[in-house]
Amino acid sequence: MGSFSIPVELIRIVVGVVAIAAFVALNAIILVYLERKVAGHIQRRPGPFEVGPHGILQTVADALKLVGKQLIKPAGADAFLFWLAPVLGFLPIFLFFLPMPFGPVLTTLEVPLGLLLILAFAGLNVLAICIAGWGSNNKWSLLGAARGVAQSVAYEIPLLLALLAVVFMKGSMNLSKIIDSQGAWPWQWNIVLQPLAFLIYFICAIAETNRAPFDLPEAESELTAGFHTEYSGMGFGLFFLAEYANMVVVCAVATTVFLGGWKGPFFSGSWWFLAKVYLLLMLMFWPRWTYPRVRFDQLLNFNWKWLMPLALANLLVTAFIMKVG
Amino acid sequence: MDLGELDARKGFFKETLAGLWSLVVGLKVTGKYFFRPQITVHYPRRTVDNIPSFRGPIELISREEDPAKPKCGACSMCVSACPSGCFTVTKKRPPAPTPEEIAEQKEKEARGEKVKKKAAPKEPERFLYDYSLCSLCGTCVEACPSGALRFSASPYRAAFDRKELVFDLLADLAERAREDRNPPGTGKTTE
Ligand code: SF4
Ligand code: SF4
Repeated sequence: MGSFSIPVELIRIVVGVVAIAAFVALNAIILVYLERKVAGHIQRRPGPFEVGPHGILQTVADALKLVGKQLIKPAGADAFLFWLAPVLGFLPIFLFFLPMPFGPVLTTLEVPLGLLLILAFAGLNVLAICIAGWGSNNKWSLLGAARGVAQSVAYEIPLLLALLAVVFMKGSMNLSKIIDSQGAWPWQWNIVLQPLAFLIYFICAIAETNRAPFDLPEAESELTAGFHTEYSGMGFGLFFLAEYANMVVVCAVATTVFLGGWKGPFFSGSWWFLAKVYLLLMLMFWPRWTYPRVRFDQLLNFNWKWLMPLALANLLVTAFIMKVG
Repeated sequence: MDLGELDARKGFFKETLAGLWSLVVGLKVTGKYFFRPQITVHYPRRTVDNIPSFRGPIELISREEDPAKPKCGACSMCVSACPSGCFTVTKKRPPAPTPEEIAEQKEKEARGEKVKKKAAPKEPERFLYDYSLCSLCGTCVEACPSGALRFSASPYRAAFDRKELVFDLLADLAERAREDRNPPGTGKTTE
């Protein structure tokens, strides 16, 4: 090689980020379609049907519509914060996917503290909601933001504690290592050893991604659209993309930490990873079309009185067994 | 810990378990429905005719003896009862007297007798109904002394123009009679 060379690692990251961007966009389109179809079938109606065969192009049409729409800033809104919020909500997505082991070699960046990286930047989403609500100069937005902050801060704790239980057992925050320590068959996965942690994690994940029945920051029936009431076009589009990308992230983390990642019976590989992620996503759709939205006091009571003590107890028992056993 | 407190705690856990179980029941219901066949049909390509409980636009009820004749006596109660002024009803005029009748009348008048004019038949000449104004409140149905009005069960009465929503109920009744889909009484018409 000559005196001038690009480090391989950099190329890997650039390619990885481009692939992640494509993956996120494609996923959002597929997920929105799937969600509307699931909703339709649960309510015994066809769901989107008119654009393309069985409506598969409906979300593509919606995305094009969003891209083509005018961006409007309400009078009296704080321009800087208003436009910063959607970008801030969307950008961390790339960081979430960086350490994600999609397959045996399909990891953009091996990070020893991959889990910590994801959890640390998950907090930025709350900040985005917060400044979107504050910057919009709209009471619904502000109420939504206030709810969002209280909810995310509360539910992040049991979520962390649930993941920590597994980290205690495996002694590593490297996602690839956590997968390596699990076997291919379902009874070799961490969910068998930590069923309670998985349950707590999954409930918190639904709350963290602001999904029904914990969708209080958006709560369309009370707050119009909550924190993103005032956003049009791609301002809303970025929040929307981020929401669906966040869903994929929490499900991908659940898959790696609890469900053996890309390992599966016969033919281990990325397809197992994707299959498990999509299965979990389907499980996330289901409650949305089943349960009514919880009230704010119920939301916080449930967290502080049930999830927190359970997660703590689970963690203590895990620690005790690891020390003694 | 006294017994009351113990009972309260037991109640609390029982309630919690019952609550958790209700969540599972809810998921079971929606999960089951997910796999059931759809009920909603793809509208322009398929329509339904099985919703007799639907309260569609108002229509006239026919007489038992003649499916083309409305029960309506042209009393105009519905016109004044309707809060939105949907109806325009005109009564039939009395039939024009024949030349002999006119001669007879003149004779009677000359004799100083009282002349009795022919009464107008108790039937509507014209019965218009503006569906674009109707709120489907049912006041007209209740107000009609002859029981001549009812809600139809036809859900497909959409139009591109407001003017197309002014229905001629007599023509509508005649058409239904021709097509023999005109149940008398409270039975409703579906498309
Ligand atoms: S249903 Fe109500 S609004 Fe409609 S025509 Fe009858 S009285 Fe008028
Ligand atoms: S429909 Fe009933 S209320 Fe209306 S004019 Fe006829 S008889 Fe009278």
